[in-house]
Amino acid sequence: MEFIYYFGEVFTPVSMLLLIGGTIGGLILGATPGLSPTMAVALLIPFTFHLTAVHGLILLGAAYTSTVAGGAVSAILLKIPGAPANIATTLDGHTMAQKGDGAKALQLSFISSLIGGVFGVILLIFLTPVLAQWALAFGPSHLFWLAILGVTVIGSLDSNSVVKGLLSGCIGMWLATIGFDDMLGVKRFVFHPSLGGGVNIIPALIGLFAIPQVITMFAKGRFDTSVEQIKVKKHPIGAAIKEVLSRKIALVVGTITGSIIGLIPGVGGQIAGLVAYDQARKFSPERAKFGTGHSEGIIAAEAANNAMVGPSLVPLLTLSIPGSPTAAVLLGGLLIHGIFPGTDLFENHPDVVWPFINSMLIGQVLMCIFGIYIASFAARVSQVPQSVMAATVLGLAVFGSYAVQQSMGDVYVMAVLGCMMYFLERFGFTAAPLVLGLILGPIAESNFVQGSMIANAQNGAFTYFFTGGLNMLLIAVAVVSIAYSAWSELSTREDA
Amino acid sequence: MNYLQHRISSGVIAVIAVWVCWISYTQKPAEAFLFPRVIATIFMTLAIWTFIKALLGRTKTGNGLSLQAAKNMAPGIVIAGIYIFWAAKALGFYVSGTIAFFMLLSFYDPASNNEPKTWIKRVIITVGFITIMYALFALVLQVYTPRGMFI
Repeated sequence: MEFIYYFGEVFTPVSMLLLIGGTIGGLILGATPGLSPTMAVALLIPFTFHLTAVHGLILLGAAYTSTVAGGAVSAILLKIPGAPANIATTLDGHTMAQKGDGAKALQLSFISSLIGGVFGVILLIFLTPVLAQWALAFGPSHLFWLAILGVTVIGSLDSNSVVKGLLSGCIGMWLATIGFDDMLGVKRFVFHPSLGGGVNIIPALIGLFAIPQVITMFAKGRFDTSVEQIKVKKHPIGAAIKEVLSRKIALVVGTITGSIIGLIPGVGGQIAGLVAYDQARKFSPERAKFGTGHSEGIIAAEAANNAMVGPSLVPLLTLSIPGSPTAAVLLGGLLIHGIFPGTDLFENHPDVVWPFINSMLIGQVLMCIFGIYIASFAARVSQVPQSVMAATVLGLAVFGSYAVQQSMGDVYVMAVLGCMMYFLERFGFTAAPLVLGLILGPIAESNFVQGSMIANAQNGAFTYFFTGGLNMLLIAVAVVSIAYSAWSELSTREDA
Repeated sequence: MNYLQHRISSGVIAVIAVWVCWISYTQKPAEAFLFPRVIATIFMTLAIWTFIKALLGRTKTGNGLSLQAAKNMAPGIVIAGIYIFWAAKALGFYVSGTIAFFMLLSFYDPASNNEPKTWIKRVIITVGFITIMYALFALVLQVYTPRGMFI
């Protein structure tokens, strides 16, 4: 129950201000189609440089929580999911809104998000220290395999093509080797002076997530993107709370499904909503009503989306393996503040980690309160024309990348990586494994080098890296994730 | 599915992968390139695999780039490229940012260019954006950006 001691830090004026600002901003960004939670968090990271580690993480955590929930606003009122995670919400949410119950749909969405989200954070609170204790037994070979596992899992599960997912991970790991070698101080792959210090993670994240979106908006050309927003009539909040609590099956199925999916590294919230929606329909006695504006569809999808948020941080904080692409960006946020997730995180930085986790608990409550009251406003803001959005995101990306080290080199790296990622995406590659490779590459390399030294003094590299229960378990999980994804890829094609 | 585009793109990636692998195995000292060699070998293997699949027409993911999309994005990329790689340093962040923002907005805004109201709106949005950027980065975060003729 150590986390209780650190609750005070969340209630300081600065923390509360950041929490409220991050929540409101996150709700608006989340409601904006084209601005994914991952991109929103990536664009926020440069601002956290000027904050303490605790405050920076509180801001990022609040934004992460609320962007996921905010995506439901445009899904319900505009039929445009704010993020892929909100696709399932559109199915019943928009239909309900069309019937004149937009306010009810929004209330159901935010209340179930709150319940799912709180459950997810409670899991995070209780599971993380246990897993962290277990992870204390990890040596260099295990940490090396863990880093490889992180890249292979996200590479195989987050992509439509296993080979392209793994190739993206390799590109990321190669990019991470650019710059000076830590052991010998030798220059590696430094083709331009801007790369002398290596590829800085923050400009890379901004480029990889924001620039492809900007180019996608350019590619649409000049057209009117405004969509007619459904008017929201008043609906009593008490009735919405009663409705959510009376739909126990949908709520429980959504929350449990989201939590489990969040715990699986790399899977993330993109599928949590859809899987929960499908499961809730199977379990529901009113399954025929799904898709016709049924409240259970909204409750299951939104409870799952937010239940995923907390558990997606469990593998991140204990094993350095992000549970979702947004968690991968959060890992970047932790690293720039000198906080290395892993075995000793709770021993070395309890004053940072616990307030961060606690703030996510409070953030869920704020998300629900603000979400219900500013939903209509957020939907209006989300209709900002694509031309304004593209120019704004580009400007923010340039200023944000420069602000990291006050270096034009970082801006060039951001632009080149962003352009490269846009074209890679057109050919079936995804950003998440590349980012993971970039983040986990240095961890993999340092443990690989340390492990090689130990292996040379012992029985050789093969024995050190390929024997032992834990090594074999990690290798097996990596192989199984690749095999499973390859199998699903093949079976999907056969079905098509 | 545009197979020619897939062949070209996977070919480019394969060439880069072979080149990275070549550098990893030829540069000295070998100890510094131990890890890059492992990564580059896997990178090259997967890239060649992807290229062969593309050559055989077995690529299943990614729709490539349509001519219309390329035409639409070209002006935006040119403006953004000039802004990032030349103007930001030569003219200063705020001046170049204002010009780039206004040009992008004017180019991609679907509103009629013949109405003065449209241009006034664009100017107001541009001034609003750059004022927020200045307040945020210059005043709040105190980031010293390259300065040009004015600010």
